[in-house]
Amino acid sequence: MSTPHPPGPDPASTPSARLPGPALSSAERAAERYTDGEWHRLHPATPLLRGGIVFIAIFGFVLSNLRERLIGFFVGTPEYGGDPLDAIYNHGWEGWALLGVAVVLLLCLGAFYLSWRMHSFRITGDAVEVRSGLLFRTQRKARLDRIQGINIVRPLFARLFGAAKLDISVAGHDANVQLAYLGSALADGLRGDVLRLASGVRAVETEAAESAAATASLDPSATAGMSRTAAVGDLVGRRVNELLAPELDPNAAPPESVVKIPPLRLFGSLLLSGFTVFVLVVVAFLIWGASTGSAWLLIVVLPGLIGSASFYIRRFTKSLRYSIAGTPDGVRVGFGLLTTSNETLPPGRIHAVEVLQPLLWRPFGWWQIRIDTAGHSREKGAAGQPNTTMLPVGDAADVSRVLSLVLPGFATEQHQSLIEAGMSSRGDDDYIGSPHRAIWIRPLSWRRTGFRVVDDAVVLRRGFVWRSLAVVPLARLQSLELQQGPLDAALRLAKTRFHTVSGPVRPRLGAIDAPTAGRLFEDVSARAVAAAAADRSHRWGDGGARDVPTRHEEER
Amino acid sequence: MPERIDLGVGEWRRVSPKYVLVVIASTVITGLVLSAASLFLWLVGGWPFGWVALTVVVVVTVIALIIAPRRARSIGYRLREDDLLFRRGIMFQRFVSVPYGRMQLIDINRGPVSRLLGLADLKFVTAAASTGVMVPGLPEAEAAELRDRLVDLAESRRAGL
Repeated sequence: MSTPHPPGPDPASTPSARLPGPALSSAERAAERYTDGEWHRLHPATPLLRGGIVFIAIFGFVLSNLRERLIGFFVGTPEYGGDPLDAIYNHGWEGWALLGVAVVLLLCLGAFYLSWRMHSFRITGDAVEVRSGLLFRTQRKARLDRIQGINIVRPLFARLFGAAKLDISVAGHDANVQLAYLGSALADGLRGDVLRLASGVRAVETEAAESAAATASLDPSATAGMSRTAAVGDLVGRRVNELLAPELDPNAAPPESVVKIPPLRLFGSLLLSGFTVFVLVVVAFLIWGASTGSAWLLIVVLPGLIGSASFYIRRFTKSLRYSIAGTPDGVRVGFGLLTTSNETLPPGRIHAVEVLQPLLWRPFGWWQIRIDTAGHSREKGAAGQPNTTMLPVGDAADVSRVLSLVLPGFATEQHQSLIEAGMSSRGDDDYIGSPHRAIWIRPLSWRRTGFRVVDDAVVLRRGFVWRSLAVVPLARLQSLELQQGPLDAALRLAKTRFHTVSGPVRPRLGAIDAPTAGRLFEDVSARAVAAAAADRSHRWGDGGARDVPTRHEEER
Repeated sequence: MPERIDLGVGEWRRVSPKYVLVVIASTVITGLVLSAASLFLWLVGGWPFGWVALTVVVVVTVIALIIAPRRARSIGYRLREDDLLFRRGIMFQRFVSVPYGRMQLIDINRGPVSRLLGLADLKFVTAAASTGVMVPGLPEAEAAELRDRLVDLAESRRAGL
């Protein structure tokens, strides 16, 4: 094992003093240094950010609470009120006490330093590797073409220090490579670089990057003469900017594609959730209990009710400042007011998409979009929900904008009308619907139940009360199932299930006409094989990122 | 007469006729264990409805034994050009198509009764947990040969996730 080379200047405090204009390009230049295939270390404040604060807080807590006991234990109960400093002073132990404190501090610092020194990562042409641990060494390697998503998380405390976590997820349970912590700007640059490496366009762009670096090398010399105070002022200004700036870097994402959720709508969507119904039921129960004289119920349930208020507030603040945008390397979704997270999903990593509308949202025309992905970031998404909610709440226009990002092949006119029909149509249209006899098992929704196979995706529409529209890209379909129970058989119906990686979307459709279902089964299983064979999205930049959205045409 | 699904793919490859014995053995064992439990509850535990439970267990076991041969015969699979087709069930029919490129790994399992009869179960795992395709009761040599063939096919049609 080669020793990592001595830590270079910390990227967050490099004197390169990023100017407002070329901010990201300099971040990418800083990141460039990290993708050279050598071992590098993380942000020096990492141990402090990871656990140091907790440690200090616990230490302070223990000290302030157990002061008396500690003194009693070490010194024997002093006869006067217990200030430890007094006790030490009276016994003449100042020297020993100071020495003890110094030793403890040194040991902690030493352990922190060692753990930081032993924690290193490297990014090579085909993998990201992290090795860490003082006594128990672990080494983890993620292949770049298997990356399912890269999440950048900035907890509030780390944001104050200008640090961020980079969480690279590959398919599987607990299959993440986490780089915690990195400089905030460096994390952005590094994500861009890793994604570019993964996309396979690196070779083409090396020359361009070199010429860019040549011009950019003028920048530091221009800023070198900056006085120290100006540099400090700039640092503070940058921190403030980072705290206040919207999650998405306007340089990296086209701003017009960003969906905005008005806070009022977000609040309304939270208020009109199933949880509210539950709270109302509890409150009604309480009132009933109070009126019949069993007031003790109040004491039992009240803490829970107060807790539910904090649930609303937490969800609200965490879903605030939602943003979504398309980048050349995939969809980028950002969340959060204080602790922010923003994840990039490369093309072809989305296994199923569902647009759904709970009954309570219908008067307002609100929808939610959820997806299935193979990799799951260890960090929770908006409001502690899993990162599978693409759009927490939005109107029909937002839905079509998000869908055109999530499913690039669905951006055309007729696809849009197909989606619209799938969302709000009551049936009897160009979806292949269920026969009238399905009314026996789908009394309300039989008319709406239907499917369409378009290009290399299948669209499933169902639900009368809870409307849902699922889209499964066939290139991602794992297997396909056709079922028929005794009741289905009596009515000459069948149901299908589309097996995708586990997630909140479970694409399935019941009450289809049996012969139609058989044909669907045949058609889809053939198309799925063809789509998977034609799919090149694991190296989406190879041979031009442009061919990913237009895959359908090439297949013909 | 209800109309059952017919995919019109021709003849299915069936599992070994000896597999019926495995089904019968497992049904009998389950029936015995459950009968013993309900007997215990009835006679020792003093549960008044113990005899009802016992009757239900016995009746269900007998029915399961009667339809065991049909259940075993209902299992079938086909190796098509690009995917594996699997079916099972009489009352609740289930057809699954797994493209070869989607197979992540293939398990061979052998229970005690299967081992006595020289049979093995082949289980296919994809990235989707719900796929759940298991072809039981294949003669051991055939199972090994099928596995090797499928691994080759999966390798030659390897697709991403």
